[in-house]
Amino acid sequence: MRKILIPLAVVAAAVLAAVAGGRSEVAVAAPASCAKGNLTLVNDGRLTIGTDNPAFPPWFGGGEKTKPWKINDPGTGKGFESAVAYAVAKRLGFATSEVTWVYSPFARTIAPGRKAFDLGINQISYTPARAKVLAFSASYYNVNQAIVALKGTRIASIRSIAGLRGYKLGAQLGTTSYQFIVNRINPARTPSAFDDNTAAVTALKNRQIDGLIVDLPTAFYVTAVQVPNGKIVGQFASTGTQERFGMVFQRGNPLVGCVNNALAAMKRAGTLKRIQQIWLAKVTGAPVLK
Amino acid sequence: MVYAVTHSPGWPEVEAAFFDWGAYRDSFPAISRAFLLNVKIFLIAEAFILVFALLLAVLRSLPGPVFFPIRALSIAYADFFRGVPTILVIALLGFGAPALAIDGIPTSTTFWGIVSLVLIYTAYVSEVYRAGIESVHPSQEAAARSLGLTRSQALGWVVLPQAVRRVIPPLLNDFIGLQKDTALVGILGSVEAFKQSQIEVAADFNFTHYLVAATLFVAITIPLARFTDWLVARDRRRRQAGALA
Repeated sequence: MRKILIPLAVVAAAVLAAVAGGRSEVAVAAPASCAKGNLTLVNDGRLTIGTDNPAFPPWFGGGEKTKPWKINDPGTGKGFESAVAYAVAKRLGFATSEVTWVYSPFARTIAPGRKAFDLGINQISYTPARAKVLAFSASYYNVNQAIVALKGTRIASIRSIAGLRGYKLGAQLGTTSYQFIVNRINPARTPSAFDDNTAAVTALKNRQIDGLIVDLPTAFYVTAVQVPNGKIVGQFASTGTQERFGMVFQRGNPLVGCVNNALAAMKRAGTLKRIQQIWLAKVTGAPVLK
Repeated sequence: MVYAVTHSPGWPEVEAAFFDWGAYRDSFPAISRAFLLNVKIFLIAEAFILVFALLLAVLRSLPGPVFFPIRALSIAYADFFRGVPTILVIALLGFGAPALAIDGIPTSTTFWGIVSLVLIYTAYVSEVYRAGIESVHPSQEAAARSLGLTRSQALGWVVLPQAVRRVIPPLLNDFIGLQKDTALVGILGSVEAFKQSQIEVAADFNFTHYLVAATLFVAITIPLARFTDWLVARDRRRRQAGALA
Protein backbone atom coordinates (compact mmCIF):
# COMPACT_ATOMS: atom_id res chain seq x y z
CA MET A 1 0.00 0.00 0.00
CA ARG A 2 2.71 2.40 1.02
CA LYS A 3 4.59 1.61 -2.18
CA ILE A 4 1.64 2.88 -4.18
CA LEU A 5 0.93 5.88 -1.95
CA ILE A 6 4.36 7.45 -2.19
CA PRO A 7 4.53 7.63 -5.99
CA LEU A 8 0.95 8.90 -5.92
CA ALA A 9 1.92 11.69 -3.54
CA VAL A 10 4.89 12.57 -5.74
CA VAL A 11 2.67 12.71 -8.81
CA ALA A 12 0.11 14.82 -6.94
CA ALA A 13 2.79 17.24 -5.79
CA ALA A 14 4.15 17.51 -9.31
CA VAL A 15 0.68 18.19 -10.70
CA LEU A 16 0.07 20.84 -8.03
CA ALA A 17 3.41 22.46 -8.80
CA ALA A 18 2.65 22.43 -12.51
CA VAL A 19 -0.77 24.02 -11.93
CA ALA A 20 0.70 26.64 -9.62
CA GLY A 21 3.49 27.30 -12.12
CA GLY A 22 1.00 27.79 -14.94
CA ARG A 23 -0.94 30.31 -12.90
CA SER A 24 1.92 32.60 -11.99
CA GLU A 25 1.40 35.86 -13.87
CA VAL A 26 4.77 37.14 -14.97
CA ALA A 27 7.42 34.49 -14.67
CA VAL A 28 6.25 31.78 -17.07
CA ALA A 29 9.09 29.35 -17.48
CA ALA A 30 10.11 28.52 -21.02
CA PRO A 31 9.44 24.91 -22.00
CA ALA A 32 12.37 22.55 -22.12
CA SER A 33 12.83 23.36 -25.77
CA CYS A 34 11.60 26.32 -27.74
CA ALA A 35 12.48 24.55 -30.96
CA LYS A 36 9.84 25.19 -33.58
CA GLY A 37 8.81 21.54 -33.71
CA ASN A 38 8.03 21.48 -29.98
CA LEU A 39 5.65 24.43 -30.04
CA THR A 40 1.90 23.93 -29.98
CA LEU A 41 0.60 26.35 -32.58
CA VAL A 42 -2.82 27.44 -33.78
CA ASN A 43 -1.76 26.61 -37.35
CA ASP A 44 0.82 23.84 -37.67
CA GLY A 45 4.27 25.04 -38.63
CA ARG A 46 3.18 28.68 -38.79
CA LEU A 47 3.33 31.51 -36.27
CA THR A 48 -0.10 33.18 -36.24
CA ILE A 49 -0.13 36.76 -34.99
CA GLY A 50 -3.26 38.74 -34.18
CA THR A 51 -3.73 42.49 -34.37
CA ASP A 52 -6.48 45.05 -34.95
CA ASN A 53 -7.55 46.56 -38.27
CA PRO A 54 -6.93 49.31 -39.42
CA ALA A 55 -3.26 48.94 -38.54
CA PHE A 56 -2.12 52.43 -37.60
CA PRO A 57 1.35 53.94 -37.83
CA PRO A 58 3.86 54.10 -36.30
CA TRP A 59 3.04 50.58 -35.11
CA PHE A 60 2.46 49.31 -38.64
CA GLY A 61 3.69 50.63 -41.98
CA GLY A 62 4.06 49.76 -45.61
CA GLY A 63 0.57 50.76 -46.76
CA GLU A 64 -2.34 48.55 -47.85
CA LYS A 65 -1.03 45.44 -49.59
CA THR A 66 -3.30 42.46 -48.96
CA LYS A 67 -6.90 42.12 -47.80
CA PRO A 68 -8.39 42.81 -45.28
CA TRP A 69 -5.76 45.21 -43.99
CA LYS A 70 -6.47 48.94 -44.04
CA ILE A 71 -4.01 51.85 -43.79
CA ASN A 72 -1.14 49.39 -43.34
CA ASP A 73 -0.54 45.71 -43.87
CA PRO A 74 1.16 44.06 -40.85
CA GLY A 75 2.65 41.45 -43.18
CA THR A 76 5.05 43.97 -44.71
CA GLY A 77 7.40 43.91 -41.72
CA LYS A 78 7.24 47.68 -41.69
CA GLY A 79 6.28 49.70 -38.62
CA PHE A 80 7.46 49.12 -35.07
CA GLU A 81 5.17 46.30 -33.97
CA SER A 82 5.39 44.46 -37.28
CA ALA A 83 9.19 44.67 -37.20
CA VAL A 84 9.32 43.47 -33.57
CA ALA A 85 6.95 40.60 -34.37
CA TYR A 86 9.07 39.42 -37.31
CA ALA A 87 12.28 39.74 -35.25
CA VAL A 88 10.71 37.57 -32.52
CA ALA A 89 9.47 35.11 -35.15
CA LYS A 90 12.99 34.88 -36.58
CA ARG A 91 14.46 34.14 -33.12
CA LEU A 92 11.85 31.42 -32.67
CA GLY A 93 12.95 29.90 -35.98
CA PHE A 94 10.12 31.01 -38.26
CA ALA A 95 10.91 32.31 -41.73
CA THR A 96 9.10 35.47 -42.85
CA SER A 97 6.87 33.31 -45.06
CA GLU A 98 5.88 31.21 -42.03
CA VAL A 99 4.18 34.12 -40.26
CA THR A 100 0.42 34.63 -40.67
CA TRP A 101 -1.44 37.72 -39.51
CA VAL A 102 -5.05 37.49 -38.40
CA TYR A 103 -7.52 40.27 -37.66
CA SER A 104 -8.36 40.23 -33.99
CA PRO A 105 -10.18 43.32 -32.65
CA PHE A 106 -9.45 44.23 -29.06
CA ALA A 107 -12.78 42.91 -27.76
CA ARG A 108 -12.14 39.51 -29.30
CA THR A 109 -8.51 39.45 -28.21
CA ILE A 110 -9.50 39.83 -24.56
CA ALA A 111 -12.56 37.54 -24.66
CA PRO A 112 -12.22 34.26 -22.79
CA GLY A 113 -11.80 31.06 -24.73
CA ARG A 114 -9.47 29.78 -27.41
CA LYS A 115 -7.58 32.45 -29.31
CA ALA A 116 -7.30 32.58 -33.08
CA PHE A 117 -3.65 33.59 -32.73
CA ASP A 118 -0.48 32.32 -31.09
CA LEU A 119 0.44 35.82 -30.01
CA GLY A 120 -1.30 39.16 -30.16
CA ILE A 121 0.51 42.46 -30.62
CA ASN A 122 -1.63 45.58 -30.48
CA GLN A 123 -0.22 48.20 -28.08
CA ILE A 124 -1.74 46.39 -25.13
CA SER A 125 -0.46 47.68 -21.80
CA TYR A 126 0.34 45.22 -19.07
CA THR A 127 -1.56 45.54 -15.79
CA PRO A 128 -1.69 42.93 -13.01
CA ALA A 129 -5.50 42.69 -13.33
CA ARG A 130 -5.30 42.06 -17.08
CA ALA A 131 -2.60 39.43 -16.56
CA LYS A 132 -5.14 37.31 -14.68
CA VAL A 133 -7.01 36.86 -17.98
CA LEU A 134 -4.32 36.88 -20.65
CA ALA A 135 -0.66 35.98 -20.45
CA PHE A 136 1.64 38.93 -21.18
CA SER A 137 5.16 38.82 -22.54
CA ALA A 138 7.91 41.00 -21.14
CA SER A 139 7.98 44.60 -22.33
CA TYR A 140 8.75 45.27 -25.97
CA TYR A 141 8.13 49.00 -25.53
CA ASN A 142 7.99 51.23 -22.47
CA VAL A 143 5.28 53.78 -23.07
CA ASN A 144 4.16 57.13 -21.70
CA GLN A 145 0.73 58.68 -22.11
CA ALA A 146 0.45 62.07 -23.82
CA ILE A 147 -2.21 64.68 -24.51
CA VAL A 148 -3.11 66.11 -27.93
CA ALA A 149 -5.15 69.30 -28.42
CA LEU A 150 -5.92 71.69 -31.27
CA LYS A 151 -3.42 74.51 -31.82
CA GLY A 152 -4.58 77.85 -30.50
CA THR A 153 -7.11 76.42 -28.02
CA ARG A 154 -6.78 77.35 -24.34
CA ILE A 155 -5.88 73.83 -23.30
CA ALA A 156 -2.91 73.84 -25.71
CA SER A 157 -0.98 76.19 -23.42
CA ILE A 158 -1.57 74.24 -20.18
CA ARG A 159 1.66 73.20 -18.45
CA SER A 160 0.50 71.04 -15.53
CA ILE A 161 -1.73 68.04 -14.81
CA ALA A 162 -3.76 70.14 -12.39
CA GLY A 163 -4.39 72.68 -15.17
CA LEU A 164 -6.17 70.00 -17.24
CA ARG A 165 -8.89 69.36 -14.66
CA GLY A 166 -11.38 71.89 -16.05
CA TYR A 167 -11.38 70.52 -19.63
CA LYS A 168 -13.40 67.91 -21.48
CA LEU A 169 -10.97 65.05 -22.09
CA GLY A 170 -11.32 61.84 -24.03
CA ALA A 171 -9.51 58.59 -24.73
CA GLN A 172 -9.92 55.44 -26.74
CA LEU A 173 -11.73 52.53 -25.17
CA GLY A 174 -9.54 49.64 -24.16
CA THR A 175 -6.52 51.82 -23.59
CA THR A 176 -5.02 52.61 -20.24
CA SER A 177 -5.37 56.25 -21.32
CA TYR A 178 -8.93 56.36 -20.01
CA GLN A 179 -7.85 55.04 -16.60
CA PHE A 180 -5.10 57.61 -16.69
CA ILE A 181 -7.62 60.45 -17.11
CA VAL A 182 -9.80 59.19 -14.29
CA ASN A 183 -7.05 58.29 -11.84
CA ARG A 184 -4.32 60.86 -12.46
CA ILE A 185 -6.06 63.92 -13.93
CA ASN A 186 -9.40 63.41 -12.17
CA PRO A 187 -11.20 66.00 -14.33
CA ALA A 188 -14.29 67.94 -13.26
CA ARG A 189 -16.19 66.94 -16.44
CA THR A 190 -16.92 63.31 -17.29
CA PRO A 191 -14.33 62.21 -19.86
CA SER A 192 -15.48 60.63 -23.14
CA ALA A 193 -14.51 57.12 -24.20
CA PHE A 194 -14.42 56.21 -27.90
CA ASP A 195 -14.66 52.83 -29.56
CA ASP A 196 -11.66 53.42 -31.80
CA ASN A 197 -8.96 55.84 -32.82
CA THR A 198 -11.09 57.24 -35.68
CA ALA A 199 -13.99 58.21 -33.40
CA ALA A 200 -11.63 59.76 -30.85
CA VAL A 201 -9.79 61.83 -33.46
CA THR A 202 -13.09 62.94 -35.05
CA ALA A 203 -14.34 64.14 -31.67
CA LEU A 204 -11.15 66.15 -31.17
CA LYS A 205 -11.47 67.75 -34.62
CA ASN A 206 -15.14 68.51 -33.93
CA ARG A 207 -14.19 70.12 -30.62
CA GLN A 208 -16.44 67.64 -28.84
CA ILE A 209 -13.48 67.10 -26.57
CA ASP A 210 -10.74 69.60 -25.69
CA GLY A 211 -7.93 67.11 -25.24
CA LEU A 212 -7.27 63.53 -26.38
CA ILE A 213 -5.11 61.25 -24.25
CA VAL A 214 -3.15 58.67 -26.27
CA ASP A 215 0.21 56.98 -25.95
CA LEU A 216 3.12 59.18 -27.02
CA PRO A 217 3.99 57.49 -30.36
CA THR A 218 0.31 57.59 -31.37
CA ALA A 219 0.25 61.27 -30.36
CA PHE A 220 2.99 61.95 -32.90
CA TYR A 221 1.03 60.13 -35.60
CA VAL A 222 -2.21 61.96 -34.67
CA THR A 223 -0.59 65.39 -34.90
CA ALA A 224 1.45 64.57 -38.02
CA VAL A 225 -1.27 62.94 -40.11
CA GLN A 226 -4.75 62.81 -38.62
CA VAL A 227 -5.09 66.28 -37.07
CA PRO A 228 -2.61 68.59 -38.83
CA ASN A 229 -3.66 71.55 -36.66
CA GLY A 230 -3.15 69.40 -33.57
CA LYS A 231 -0.40 69.78 -31.02
CA ILE A 232 1.13 67.52 -28.38
CA VAL A 233 0.52 69.51 -25.22
CA GLY A 234 2.79 67.25 -23.22
CA GLN A 235 3.50 63.74 -22.00
CA PHE A 236 3.07 62.22 -18.56
CA ALA A 237 5.66 60.19 -16.72
CA SER A 238 4.45 56.84 -15.36
CA THR A 239 3.99 56.73 -11.63
CA GLY A 240 5.15 53.64 -9.77
CA THR A 241 6.06 50.96 -12.31
CA GLN A 242 6.79 52.04 -15.87
CA GLU A 243 3.85 51.39 -18.21
CA ARG A 244 4.79 48.87 -20.87
CA PHE A 245 3.35 47.13 -23.91
CA GLY A 246 3.39 43.35 -23.91
CA MET A 247 2.41 40.74 -26.45
CA VAL A 248 -0.59 38.73 -25.29
CA PHE A 249 -1.19 34.98 -25.28
CA GLN A 250 -3.82 32.52 -24.20
CA ARG A 251 -3.24 31.92 -20.49
CA GLY A 252 -1.02 28.95 -19.84
CA ASN A 253 0.46 29.01 -23.36
CA PRO A 254 4.14 28.05 -22.89
CA LEU A 255 5.01 30.14 -25.96
CA VAL A 256 5.21 33.16 -23.59
CA GLY A 257 8.45 31.81 -22.14
CA CYS A 258 9.97 31.35 -25.60
CA VAL A 259 8.94 34.86 -26.67
CA ASN A 260 10.40 36.26 -23.46
CA ASN A 261 13.70 34.50 -24.23
CA ALA A 262 13.62 35.98 -27.74
CA LEU A 263 12.88 39.48 -26.42
CA ALA A 264 15.68 39.21 -23.84
CA ALA A 265 18.12 38.16 -26.58
CA MET A 266 16.92 41.02 -28.81
CA LYS A 267 17.50 43.48 -25.95
CA ARG A 268 21.01 42.12 -25.37
CA ALA A 269 21.88 42.26 -29.07
CA GLY A 270 20.47 45.78 -29.42
CA THR A 271 17.91 44.60 -32.02
CA LEU A 272 14.97 46.07 -30.13
CA LYS A 273 16.69 49.41 -29.82
CA ARG A 274 17.53 49.46 -33.53
CA ILE A 275 13.94 48.69 -34.51
CA GLN A 276 12.83 51.49 -32.22
CA GLN A 277 15.29 53.91 -33.83
CA ILE A 278 13.97 53.06 -37.27
CA TRP A 279 10.23 53.15 -36.66
CA LEU A 280 9.85 55.45 -33.68
CA ALA A 281 12.51 57.97 -34.70
CA LYS A 282 9.93 60.73 -34.88
CA VAL A 283 8.90 60.03 -31.31
CA THR A 284 11.17 62.57 -29.76
CA GLY A 285 10.71 64.40 -26.52
CA ALA A 286 7.57 66.21 -25.52
CA PRO A 287 7.35 68.42 -22.40
CA VAL A 288 6.55 66.37 -19.30
CA LEU A 289 3.47 67.65 -17.48
CA LYS A 290 3.51 67.23 -13.71
CA MET B 1 -28.61 22.22 -19.95
CA VAL B 2 -27.31 23.97 -16.84
CA TYR B 3 -25.30 20.83 -16.13
CA ALA B 4 -23.91 20.75 -19.67
CA VAL B 5 -22.82 24.38 -19.40
CA THR B 6 -21.34 24.25 -15.91
CA HIS B 7 -19.42 21.05 -16.65
CA SER B 8 -18.08 22.08 -20.04
CA PRO B 9 -14.28 22.22 -20.35
CA GLY B 10 -14.29 26.01 -20.75
CA TRP B 11 -16.66 26.67 -17.85
CA PRO B 12 -14.06 27.67 -15.21
CA GLU B 13 -12.73 30.28 -17.62
CA VAL B 14 -16.22 31.51 -18.53
CA GLU B 15 -17.23 31.58 -14.87
CA ALA B 16 -14.18 33.66 -13.97
CA ALA B 17 -14.73 36.01 -16.91
CA PHE B 18 -18.52 36.51 -16.68
CA PHE B 19 -19.64 35.65 -13.14
CA ASP B 20 -17.07 37.19 -10.86
CA TRP B 21 -19.08 38.64 -7.99
CA GLY B 22 -16.15 40.63 -6.65
CA ALA B 23 -15.87 42.39 -10.00
CA TYR B 24 -19.66 42.85 -10.05
CA ARG B 25 -19.63 44.64 -6.71
CA ASP B 26 -16.57 46.71 -7.65
CA SER B 27 -18.02 48.22 -10.81
CA PHE B 28 -21.68 48.45 -9.72
CA PRO B 29 -21.46 52.00 -8.27
CA ALA B 30 -19.68 53.47 -11.33
CA ILE B 31 -21.99 51.76 -13.84
CA SER B 32 -25.08 52.79 -11.83
CA ARG B 33 -23.92 56.40 -11.96
CA ALA B 34 -23.39 56.12 -15.71
CA PHE B 35 -26.86 54.56 -16.00
CA LEU B 36 -28.35 57.87 -14.84
CA LEU B 37 -27.31 59.23 -18.24
CA ASN B 38 -29.35 56.48 -19.95
CA VAL B 39 -32.36 57.43 -17.85
CA LYS B 40 -31.86 61.11 -18.66
CA ILE B 41 -31.54 60.43 -22.41
CA PHE B 42 -34.60 58.22 -22.30
CA LEU B 43 -36.81 60.70 -20.43
CA ILE B 44 -35.87 63.71 -22.57
CA ALA B 45 -36.18 61.75 -25.84
CA GLU B 46 -39.51 60.23 -24.83
CA ALA B 47 -41.09 63.65 -24.16
CA PHE B 48 -40.19 64.89 -27.65
CA ILE B 49 -41.09 61.64 -29.39
CA LEU B 50 -44.62 61.60 -27.94
CA VAL B 51 -45.33 65.07 -29.34
CA PHE B 52 -43.53 64.85 -32.70
CA ALA B 53 -44.86 61.38 -33.51
CA LEU B 54 -48.45 62.46 -32.88
CA LEU B 55 -47.92 65.47 -35.13
CA LEU B 56 -46.46 63.26 -37.86
CA ALA B 57 -49.33 60.77 -37.57
CA VAL B 58 -51.91 63.55 -37.86
CA LEU B 59 -50.13 65.01 -40.89
CA ARG B 60 -50.11 61.63 -42.54
CA SER B 61 -53.83 61.09 -42.03
CA LEU B 62 -54.83 64.46 -43.48
CA PRO B 63 -57.37 63.76 -46.26
CA GLY B 64 -57.72 65.22 -49.73
CA PRO B 65 -55.39 65.99 -52.64
CA VAL B 66 -54.41 69.39 -51.18
CA PHE B 67 -52.40 67.67 -48.45
CA PHE B 68 -50.73 65.15 -50.77
CA PRO B 69 -47.24 66.74 -50.50
CA ILE B 70 -47.42 66.71 -46.70
CA ARG B 71 -48.62 63.11 -46.68
CA ALA B 72 -45.87 62.11 -49.09
CA LEU B 73 -43.20 63.83 -47.00
CA SER B 74 -44.34 62.23 -43.77
CA ILE B 75 -44.42 58.80 -45.44
CA ALA B 76 -40.90 59.37 -46.80
CA TYR B 77 -39.74 60.42 -43.34
CA ALA B 78 -41.17 57.34 -41.65
CA ASP B 79 -39.78 55.03 -44.33
CA PHE B 80 -36.31 56.53 -44.12
CA PHE B 81 -35.88 56.61 -40.36
CA ARG B 82 -37.38 53.17 -39.87
CA GLY B 83 -35.09 51.81 -42.55
CA VAL B 84 -31.72 53.14 -41.41
CA PRO B 85 -30.13 51.31 -38.46
CA THR B 86 -30.22 53.38 -35.28
CA ILE B 87 -26.49 53.08 -34.74
CA LEU B 88 -25.80 54.58 -38.18
CA VAL B 89 -28.08 57.59 -37.61
CA ILE B 90 -26.36 58.20 -34.27
CA ALA B 91 -22.88 57.94 -35.80
CA LEU B 92 -23.73 60.13 -38.81
CA LEU B 93 -25.43 62.88 -36.81
CA GLY B 94 -23.22 62.69 -33.74
CA PHE B 95 -19.95 62.98 -35.65
CA GLY B 96 -21.26 64.74 -38.75
CA ALA B 97 -23.39 67.60 -37.45
CA PRO B 98 -20.74 69.09 -35.11
CA ALA B 99 -18.16 68.82 -37.92
CA LEU B 100 -20.12 71.49 -39.83
CA ALA B 101 -18.73 73.90 -37.22
CA ILE B 102 -21.76 76.19 -37.52
CA ASP B 103 -21.93 78.70 -34.68
CA GLY B 104 -24.64 77.81 -32.22
CA ILE B 105 -24.84 74.14 -33.20
CA PRO B 106 -24.17 72.13 -30.05
CA THR B 107 -21.19 69.77 -30.05
CA SER B 108 -22.43 67.74 -27.08
CA THR B 109 -22.46 64.07 -28.01
CA THR B 110 -25.37 63.41 -25.68
CA PHE B 111 -27.37 66.15 -27.42
CA TRP B 112 -26.87 64.55 -30.84
CA GLY B 113 -27.56 61.11 -29.43
CA ILE B 114 -30.92 62.35 -28.16
CA VAL B 115 -31.68 64.05 -31.50
CA SER B 116 -30.99 60.79 -33.36
CA LEU B 117 -33.18 58.73 -31.04
CA VAL B 118 -36.00 61.29 -31.35
CA LEU B 119 -35.77 61.19 -35.16
CA ILE B 120 -35.87 57.40 -35.32
CA TYR B 121 -38.45 56.71 -32.66
CA THR B 122 -40.71 59.48 -33.98
CA ALA B 123 -40.93 57.44 -37.18
CA TYR B 124 -41.81 54.24 -35.30
CA VAL B 125 -44.20 55.82 -32.85
CA SER B 126 -46.01 57.82 -35.56
CA GLU B 127 -46.93 54.51 -37.16
CA VAL B 128 -48.34 53.34 -33.84
CA TYR B 129 -50.40 56.51 -33.51
CA ARG B 130 -51.57 56.18 -37.12
CA ALA B 131 -52.77 52.65 -36.49
CA GLY B 132 -54.70 54.06 -33.53
CA ILE B 133 -56.24 56.87 -35.59
CA GLU B 134 -57.27 54.49 -38.35
CA SER B 135 -58.82 52.11 -35.85
CA VAL B 136 -61.37 54.76 -34.84
CA HIS B 137 -64.46 54.12 -36.96
CA PRO B 138 -65.15 56.89 -39.55
CA SER B 139 -68.69 57.16 -38.14
CA GLN B 140 -67.17 58.74 -35.03
CA GLU B 141 -65.77 61.63 -37.02
CA ALA B 142 -68.95 61.86 -39.11
CA ALA B 143 -71.03 62.08 -35.95
CA ALA B 144 -68.76 64.77 -34.49
CA ARG B 145 -68.92 66.80 -37.72
CA SER B 146 -72.72 66.47 -37.78
CA LEU B 147 -72.79 68.05 -34.32
CA GLY B 148 -71.11 71.12 -35.81
CA LEU B 149 -67.49 70.46 -34.79
CA THR B 150 -64.84 71.49 -37.30
CA ARG B 151 -62.52 68.85 -38.73
CA SER B 152 -59.71 69.76 -36.30
CA GLN B 153 -62.12 69.89 -33.36
CA ALA B 154 -63.42 66.45 -34.29
CA LEU B 155 -59.86 65.17 -34.50
CA GLY B 156 -58.80 66.71 -31.18
CA TRP B 157 -61.89 65.93 -29.12
CA VAL B 158 -63.25 62.74 -30.60
CA VAL B 159 -60.75 60.79 -32.70
CA LEU B 160 -57.39 61.30 -30.96
CA PRO B 161 -58.54 60.58 -27.38
CA GLN B 162 -59.88 57.20 -28.49
CA ALA B 163 -56.92 56.53 -30.76
CA VAL B 164 -54.28 57.27 -28.14
CA ARG B 165 -55.98 55.18 -25.48
CA ARG B 166 -56.02 52.20 -27.80
CA VAL B 167 -52.32 52.35 -28.62
CA ILE B 168 -50.90 52.82 -25.12
CA PRO B 169 -49.62 49.19 -24.92
CA PRO B 170 -47.73 49.32 -28.24
CA LEU B 171 -46.45 52.78 -27.30
CA LEU B 172 -44.96 51.43 -24.10
CA ASN B 173 -43.50 48.56 -26.08
CA ASP B 174 -41.61 51.05 -28.24
CA PHE B 175 -40.38 52.83 -25.13
CA ILE B 176 -38.88 49.63 -23.80
CA GLY B 177 -36.99 49.52 -27.09
CA LEU B 178 -35.97 53.15 -26.65
CA GLN B 179 -34.64 52.49 -23.15
CA LYS B 180 -32.34 49.82 -24.52
CA ASP B 181 -31.27 51.88 -27.51
CA THR B 182 -29.96 54.63 -25.22
CA ALA B 183 -26.90 52.37 -24.93
CA LEU B 184 -26.10 53.14 -28.59
CA VAL B 185 -25.39 56.80 -27.74
CA GLY B 186 -22.19 55.46 -26.17
CA ILE B 187 -20.56 55.14 -29.61
CA LEU B 188 -20.25 58.93 -29.67
CA GLY B 189 -18.13 58.88 -26.54
CA SER B 190 -20.80 59.65 -23.96
CA VAL B 191 -20.12 57.47 -20.97
CA GLU B 192 -23.47 55.77 -20.35
CA ALA B 193 -23.93 52.41 -18.63
CA PHE B 194 -22.74 50.18 -21.47
CA LYS B 195 -19.76 52.41 -22.24
CA GLN B 196 -18.82 52.51 -18.56
CA SER B 197 -19.00 48.72 -18.43
CA GLN B 198 -16.77 48.54 -21.54
CA ILE B 199 -14.30 50.79 -19.74
CA GLU B 200 -14.37 48.47 -16.74
CA VAL B 201 -13.92 45.42 -18.99
CA ALA B 202 -10.93 47.04 -20.70
CA ALA B 203 -9.31 47.70 -17.32
CA ASP B 204 -9.22 44.10 -16.12
CA PHE B 205 -10.48 42.06 -19.11
CA ASN B 206 -13.31 40.76 -16.93
CA PHE B 207 -16.69 40.57 -18.68
CA THR B 208 -18.74 40.50 -15.47
CA HIS B 209 -19.09 44.27 -15.78
CA TYR B 210 -21.41 43.78 -18.78
CA LEU B 211 -23.67 41.82 -16.45
CA VAL B 212 -23.94 44.89 -14.21
CA ALA B 213 -25.20 46.99 -17.14
CA ALA B 214 -27.58 44.21 -18.18
CA THR B 215 -29.02 44.04 -14.65
CA LEU B 216 -29.65 47.78 -14.60
CA PHE B 217 -31.45 47.77 -17.95
CA VAL B 218 -33.58 44.79 -16.96
CA ALA B 219 -34.36 46.45 -13.63
CA ILE B 220 -36.20 49.27 -15.39
CA THR B 221 -37.59 47.49 -18.46
CA ILE B 222 -39.28 44.64 -16.55
CA PRO B 223 -41.46 46.94 -14.40
CA LEU B 224 -42.45 48.82 -17.57
CA ALA B 225 -43.30 45.55 -19.33
CA ARG B 226 -45.49 44.44 -16.38
CA PHE B 227 -47.16 47.87 -16.34
CA THR B 228 -47.94 47.43 -20.06
CA ASP B 229 -49.46 43.99 -19.39
CA TRP B 230 -51.58 45.48 -16.63
CA LEU B 231 -52.81 48.28 -18.90
CA VAL B 232 -53.75 45.79 -21.63
CA ALA B 233 -55.62 43.62 -19.13
CA ARG B 234 -57.45 46.62 -17.67
CA ASP B 235 -58.42 47.84 -21.13
CA ARG B 236 -59.77 44.41 -22.05
CA ARG B 237 -61.80 44.25 -18.81
CA ARG B 238 -63.33 47.64 -19.48
CA ARG B 239 -64.24 46.87 -23.06
CA GLN B 240 -65.82 43.59 -22.10
CA ALA B 241 -67.75 45.32 -19.32
CA GLY B 242 -68.93 47.85 -21.92
CA ALA B 243 -70.04 45.08 -24.26
CA LEU B 244 -72.13 43.48 -21.53
CA ALA B 245 -73.86 46.69 -20.55
